[in-house]
Amino acid sequence: MKRLLSYLSHYKVESILGPLFKMLEASFELFVPLVVASMIDVGIKNQDVGYVARMGGLLILLGVVGLASALTAQYFAAKAAVSTGTHLRNDLFHHISHLSYPEIDTVGTSTLITRMTSDINQVQTGINMVLRLFLRSPFVVFGAMVMAFTVDVKAAMVFVVVIPLLSVVVFGIMLVSMPLYKKVQRQLDQVMLMTRENLLGVRVIRAFNRQKSETARFEEENDKLVRSQVFVGKISALSNPITYVMINLATVAVIWVGAKQVDGGVITQGKVVALVNYMSQILVELIKLANLIITISKAVACMGRVDKIFQLEPSVKETGSGAGLTGPGASGGAAKTDGSMEQDRTREDAAAGSGQRESDRGADQKAVREADQKAIREADQKAVREADQKGAREADQKAVREAAVRFADVTFIYKGAKEPALSQIDFTAGKGETIGIIGGTGSGKSTVVNLIPRFYDIASGHVLVDGRDVRDYTLDGLRERIGVVPQRAVLFKGTLRENMRWGKADATDEEIYQALDTAQAREFVDSKGKGLDLFIEQGGRNLSGGQKQRLTIARALVRRPEILILDDSASALDFATDARLRKAIKEDTGDMTVFLVSQRAATIKNADQILVLDDGRLAGKGTHRDLLQSCPLYKEICLSQFSKEEVERDGR
Amino acid sequence: MAGKKNAGKLDKELSRKTLKRILHYIKRYRLGVAASLLMATVTVALTLYVPILVGKAVDLILGPGAVDYGGLTKVLLTIGVVAAVTAAAQWLMGHINNVITYRVVKDIRTRAFNHLEVLPLSYLDVHPTGDLVSRIIADIDQFSEGLLLGFTQLFTGVMTIGGTLLFMLWINPLITLVVVCITPVSFLVASFIAGRTFSMFQEQSAVRGELTSLIDETLGNLKVVQAFSHQKEAQEQFEEINSRLAAHSLKATFFSSITNPATRFVNGLVYAGVGTAGAYGVIRGFLSVGQLSSFLNYANQYTKPFNEISGVVTELQNALASAARVFDLIDQPAIPADAADAVGLTDVDGSVDLDHVDFSYVPEVKLIEDFSLQVKPGQRIALVGPTGCGKTTVINLLMRFYDVKGGRIAVDGQDIRKVTRKSLRSSFGMVLQETWLKSGTIRENIAYGRPDASLEEVIQAAKEAHAHSFIKRMPEGYDTVISEDGGNLSQGQKQLLCIARVMLCLPPMLILDEATSSIDTRTEIRIQRAFSKMMEGRTSFIVAHRLSTIREADVILVMKDGHIIEQGDHESLLQKGGFYAQLYESQFAVS
Repeated sequence: MKRLLSYLSHYKVESILGPLFKMLEASFELFVPLVVASMIDVGIKNQDVGYVARMGGLLILLGVVGLASALTAQYFAAKAAVSTGTHLRNDLFHHISHLSYPEIDTVGTSTLITRMTSDINQVQTGINMVLRLFLRSPFVVFGAMVMAFTVDVKAAMVFVVVIPLLSVVVFGIMLVSMPLYKKVQRQLDQVMLMTRENLLGVRVIRAFNRQKSETARFEEENDKLVRSQVFVGKISALSNPITYVMINLATVAVIWVGAKQVDGGVITQGKVVALVNYMSQILVELIKLANLIITISKAVACMGRVDKIFQLEPSVKETGSGAGLTGPGASGGAAKTDGSMEQDRTREDAAAGSGQRESDRGADQKAVREADQKAIREADQKAVREADQKGAREADQKAVREAAVRFADVTFIYKGAKEPALSQIDFTAGKGETIGIIGGTGSGKSTVVNLIPRFYDIASGHVLVDGRDVRDYTLDGLRERIGVVPQRAVLFKGTLRENMRWGKADATDEEIYQALDTAQAREFVDSKGKGLDLFIEQGGRNLSGGQKQRLTIARALVRRPEILILDDSASALDFATDARLRKAIKEDTGDMTVFLVSQRAATIKNADQILVLDDGRLAGKGTHRDLLQSCPLYKEICLSQFSKEEVERDGR
Repeated sequence: MAGKKNAGKLDKELSRKTLKRILHYIKRYRLGVAASLLMATVTVALTLYVPILVGKAVDLILGPGAVDYGGLTKVLLTIGVVAAVTAAAQWLMGHINNVITYRVVKDIRTRAFNHLEVLPLSYLDVHPTGDLVSRIIADIDQFSEGLLLGFTQLFTGVMTIGGTLLFMLWINPLITLVVVCITPVSFLVASFIAGRTFSMFQEQSAVRGELTSLIDETLGNLKVVQAFSHQKEAQEQFEEINSRLAAHSLKATFFSSITNPATRFVNGLVYAGVGTAGAYGVIRGFLSVGQLSSFLNYANQYTKPFNEISGVVTELQNALASAARVFDLIDQPAIPADAADAVGLTDVDGSVDLDHVDFSYVPEVKLIEDFSLQVKPGQRIALVGPTGCGKTTVINLLMRFYDVKGGRIAVDGQDIRKVTRKSLRSSFGMVLQETWLKSGTIRENIAYGRPDASLEEVIQAAKEAHAHSFIKRMPEGYDTVISEDGGNLSQGQKQLLCIARVMLCLPPMLILDEATSSIDTRTEIRIQRAFSKMMEGRTSFIVAHRLSTIREADVILVMKDGHIIEQGDHESLLQKGGFYAQLYESQFAVS
């Protein structure tokens, strides 16, 4: 609710003018009974036809002025509602698209979509209604009371008693029914879930002959839905009859009091008619209000759902100050990095003041991290020195080559999980190296690569990219250096060119074709004959699984990232294409560091370094040959995929 | 959840038919409908009677000393009683309408859902899930709103108009004439506005559709969007469409909201007319002040139903359009029932014969032609071949998800079209690449094929499928609730659960369609060991990409374009040096 008000305050003028004109209209309406009263008391009493006609004219005039102000009011109300809805939608979209992976994992996509669409639509309708009617109705109600006072104070006392009673009834019913409507909505969600589930699982359901029990369960849920709908209906159906009875009893009272006053000569007969008219105006407004309640309680419930999403804070926060836009190689040594960090920080501060809060919050943590980092760097240097001492020849090549990615004692726990998904992972990937990651289902392969672009924050340890903790980069700055090819091949509606430019907004056709070549996608793209204008339908429906995978690889390559992550991205490719792909990546990518996650030993066996994961722990690292000798788990994996002779030959 | 609004576009014939069917569903509740109509009549009549009583009361208050207290008390008491009865009738009517509407909706929804269970896969496979879900949820919802509104407002609205006219005629025909003359203006205004807004709403929903599909795409693939830091571009695109939507919405909302003030204005005209003419009538002496007050009261409520009715009519049109979409689903031909003389398969030995089978999904594109295969009991059959060669189709035919177009398939020598589907399907255990789990606990999911299985049996099955160790680590163990679509589990874990599900049933035959594609090869080998143990003496069909999975099959069928091009075991096929050998070699082709 608070959030909604703050949005409305952007459209102050509209949200004030709307109800204001509405009230203006209502006040003209409130004059009507007075005009009629004087018609009776003056025109009829004096048999003055001319006066009656003039009063009739006045009534029409009031109508015209009322119409004009009503139109103005509707316009401003519509404007305020639509603008607020639009604004809310923009912000929610922005908010959702900046949620981090842990939130995306826990909140389902389908609810996010409903909240973006139908919930905000309901809110928009609600605002419109509130601005138009919710203020008008109370105004008319109280206006009628005030007018009654001008007619006769004693009779007006009836209004004073009845109006608070009516408000209690109307709002009481609203308060009771609102949570019930929420319940109905939840139950409807449940029914929808069952329907979806049954459609998606139709083969399994039929294979296991469970149609009957599924139907029975559906009927049960459907029954619950009806019960809750009827229950809430029963309650909200109370509001009209109750108000009706109360108004009529009040009318009876007004007539009675009015009769006494007329008898005493205080007021005239016409005035009694006016009082009765005011009462019936109140009735009309209250009925409108009661019908409105459903719309409003729905809107409030929907706003609550929208607000829930707004309250979700991205858990992976922007803590970095270094934009990391310096490009490959620019931030070389340790000292240099510190320097450029200073620079970047000022730039960042100037650019976005809003990030300030977060950086303040993160400052403490950062200090600790920086200290840690220094220690790590020193350790690194020490290692290099030691290596130097050991043997000049090898160290020459290897140690000078900088670490593109370094995991230092990394432990990671998924939100809500009991045990860490990764514990004490430690490795260094040099620039230009290919790192293979292999291991069982759920051993944490994908988790490792998801930590590099900081899709998740680790519990302890450090993930360093180019010598700097990933938390010291801005998220965009970090992710710009990395090309990710996710497990699920996802493409977006639009031309092939547009899809490829996700990697790099200003990529030329030449660059794109180059990436397509490397990704082994050129051939089938050419065969479609549309070139880069090939239109891709939503979800890439017009392409096969293997084609989509190759395009997603190409998309990541277009940006020529420093680090390329292939997360089991070639599973839909046949072995021959897979082999060609790996070869091309090796040849075309230069000093790009490549992470290959795979189940296939053949895919990773030629990597410079292979990480073998077992239940979130590093069971071994080294080359194919090293591991065949040193890591029994790796040998077992290989034996399950190659012939014994091949494994033994490689091991030698 | 925007139901398609094609009100007005629905052709007449279809709406008549749809209406008839809705009435058919309502027929069950005819007593309720009758009661509701009765209550509506009572409500309307009494509501209209009250202003007359009020008018009478006013006429008893003439001036100082001229108040008839006795008469007044009687009239006022009557008003109180009438109001109470009206309120009771009104509430009853509302309640009955609710009950009827929601029950009818429930009946239709259940009917539609039941129909889903008997629709052939040839229908379900080509219709997007979202569309079917939206028919059963959004469309039926839209329909229920329309129906409820129709019930509550259409009838009472019409009655109110008619009743008001009658009462006014009864009091004074001349002044009634004034009202009747102004009425058409109200219609003109309403229809003018409705005509303009209809096209505006259409434009609005078109843009809204555009926006929804962008939202669907972006939020559905948010991880990719973030990996490419594409949020800014997406936001720009979103805001562009959103601002177009804002413009259309403003127009549509504004124009549609004109209806109320406009009719209120007309109402004001009626009021002014009645007031002036009435006052003139009182002066001329053919009307009392009380009667004038009654008239003014009527004038106040007379035009209101007009707007309501026009609103209800659009709403009803929407409801009809939605109902038509639901009925269209219900009317889709169901799979033919089992033949009357269909027998149940028992004690299946596991021999399967495919005899000159022809099949295609669409008549123009031939898929499987003249496919013959004899499988002896206990054999392990592997199906290998490039994507789209018909491997999965063979499985669709074995399970009778689709029927053959020519030739026949026999299990245990029985044509599968002559046995009950239930017994056929329960003799197969099936694990598919698409892992489907239902929302519920892990235990429920494993016991899906045998809901009465004990916990020990479930655990045993999970152990055999190598799922026990990860289940144990879940927060609630076997009672952990998995969310929609297996949410919190990895693809591999889901596959393990699907395998456990089959392990528990111990069917005589097994179908594995890429069943282990997301499981690492080491676990896979262990599972296969478990499978082999389970499969002793049982027939199995295996589809796989991974050649390591296939190596140990008794017969490998190499398929291409719906035909078997090679057949034999691993060694013999390698020696043959054909297509299979090529495939196998490519696995180890290293840069």
